[in-house]
Amino acid sequence: MWMSSLPPFIPFFIAAALVLVTRGPLRSLVLVAAPLLGLLHLWFDVQPQVSMVAAETLITAPGLSYTIGAFGYTLEFMRVDKLSMLFGYLFHIAALMAVIYALHIKDTIQQIAGLLYAGSALGAIFAGDLITLFIFWEILALTSVFLVWARRTERAIKTGIRYLIFQVLSGVLLLAGAIVYFDTTGTLDFNYIGLEGLAGWLIFIAFGIKAAFPLLHGWLVDAYPEATETGSVFLSAFSTKLAIYTLARGYPGTELLIYIGGAMACFPIFYAVIENDLRKVLTYSMINQLGFMVVGVGIGTALALNGTVAHAFAHVIYKSLLFMSMGAVLYRVGNINGSDLGGLYKTMPWTATFCIIGAASISAFPLFSGFVAKSMIMSATLEGEHFITWLMLLFAAAGVFHHAGIKIPYFAFFHHDSGLRPAEAPNNMLIAMAIAAFLCIAIGVQPQYLYALLPWQVDYWPYDLSHVLTQLQLLFFSALAFVWLNKQGMYPPELRSVNIDIEWLYRKLLPASGHIAVKAMSDFNTFLLSMAQRYLDGCKSLIRTNSLSRYHLAESWPTGSMVLWIGVILGAYLVVNALI
Amino acid sequence: MADANNSNNEKTYLFDKPRNVTLLLRTLYVICAGLFIADFFVHRHTVHAWEEFPAFYAIYGFVGCVLLVLVAKVLRKFVMRKEDYYDVDE
Repeated sequence: MWMSSLPPFIPFFIAAALVLVTRGPLRSLVLVAAPLLGLLHLWFDVQPQVSMVAAETLITAPGLSYTIGAFGYTLEFMRVDKLSMLFGYLFHIAALMAVIYALHIKDTIQQIAGLLYAGSALGAIFAGDLITLFIFWEILALTSVFLVWARRTERAIKTGIRYLIFQVLSGVLLLAGAIVYFDTTGTLDFNYIGLEGLAGWLIFIAFGIKAAFPLLHGWLVDAYPEATETGSVFLSAFSTKLAIYTLARGYPGTELLIYIGGAMACFPIFYAVIENDLRKVLTYSMINQLGFMVVGVGIGTALALNGTVAHAFAHVIYKSLLFMSMGAVLYRVGNINGSDLGGLYKTMPWTATFCIIGAASISAFPLFSGFVAKSMIMSATLEGEHFITWLMLLFAAAGVFHHAGIKIPYFAFFHHDSGLRPAEAPNNMLIAMAIAAFLCIAIGVQPQYLYALLPWQVDYWPYDLSHVLTQLQLLFFSALAFVWLNKQGMYPPELRSVNIDIEWLYRKLLPASGHIAVKAMSDFNTFLLSMAQRYLDGCKSLIRTNSLSRYHLAESWPTGSMVLWIGVILGAYLVVNALI
Repeated sequence: MADANNSNNEKTYLFDKPRNVTLLLRTLYVICAGLFIADFFVHRHTVHAWEEFPAFYAIYGFVGCVLLVLVAKVLRKFVMRKEDYYDVDE
């Protein structure tokens, strides 16, 4: 039956078209129906045929293919295995939460962009070859930028353009890599690629831009905090986790990724501690979380890869939840700076509660979703004898609790009383947050259901005494450090400020050097003009001294008089014409 | 928001009472003490030798976070700019 393998992006694209012709409650129905029906379809009708035995062998079920006649090239839209299925479920859930969260807005552009964005992310997940992947990679970039532009400020528009440049660059590298890959291997199937040859590196960097590798992460911290409150919820779910998926498929066991991931886990937390914009804090902590996943891909054992995809699953849900709670504050208060907030738990108790659940999950408290996923990566790191990386990840795990687990809820909802008494978030936002919070706890308490979906066969259970005790020690003593630093007055206060990061290179240095270059050119231009002027002056004085300059013909006539004389001639012509 | 400025006769909320804040902090101290002591009685399963150091995770968490904040404060000296840094002359 053809329905049994309907590519999951299709319902989203159809729904996006329907949004154009519907209004009011009907449009809301369309928005919710697309991810919901898509999820049910995926759950009941599509079965990955074979589970994976070892990390190295991904056995793929035959998928649905379409042949594009003119080129004779087959685009594989539906590659179904446990890896793509897991991300398929995840992206449907994320899209469902995001559309419910955004139901109150009336902005057609955002609604269409959100659906197309989620749909293209799903298209990329199920893409079986590099060209299909590239197509969705680019649609993803083009549709997601509207979620930034939808803020409709000059700042957001400029940010969106910078974001788009990076995304398109990533796509171009992917296409270039795919072409070279075809040239060397004779195939475009998207399976293990590895860092051999030019193609491997080109595609690696393309994925790396999307995954926010260090030094390539500027677009992420630039754009996500600048998006609309609902847009950032969409954005937080798809792009970077798609990159994790592609890395897990194309580059498992690539040692370089262990070091890249370690750096990603550690450096952003320093920025997160001193950042004032709380959505930017979340963006930095997102890079930190991606770091754990990248390390998992780099280790590449079955346990590590399972940990990576489980962490991606948990991460999308709690990160959405945190972005939703901060979005609700932004929606009600109008700004999201730690320096201006505080005491909001008084009038937004539900939002505060959901935020704390998200914070507990990202901090990997036992019984919350982060714990059951992150411990797999930690165990795999230790078992793989990457001791330094393990210490870095442990530091990052304490740090994430410090800046995301405590700082976010503390400065927004508690801290000093800002005097703000905003209303509780709208009901649709609360419902979306409640779904996310429920999933955070459900995954944390009953991880076996998530584990059953994991691609590789591993016996793992996170709840043993050593594990729980050590994690609690790590977290509670991090909290103690927070309290102690605050009591000593050593904790850096939230200040209205920006912190310069890698984007300084292209937002300040490049424009500045551009200015210098432009100034040099304009100076040169002035010089040339003055030379020409002097030459003309010389000519003029030559003409004046000439005896012919006495005659009128040698003078220039004013344009006005010329127009007048033309008018007179035409008028005369008209009169003569009428008389004859 | 419309209901933003009704601070007169406002009801007292949970953490308006200093007693509740103290209670929360004391609970934290007790839990920390309990976890620290538990380390000496529970036999932890360890993979690496460092993990066997008494209360390794507790000390690592505390020292790690203090260092994190202190280094971040130094970082602030280098990277912090005014809020409109990128807006002027862009």
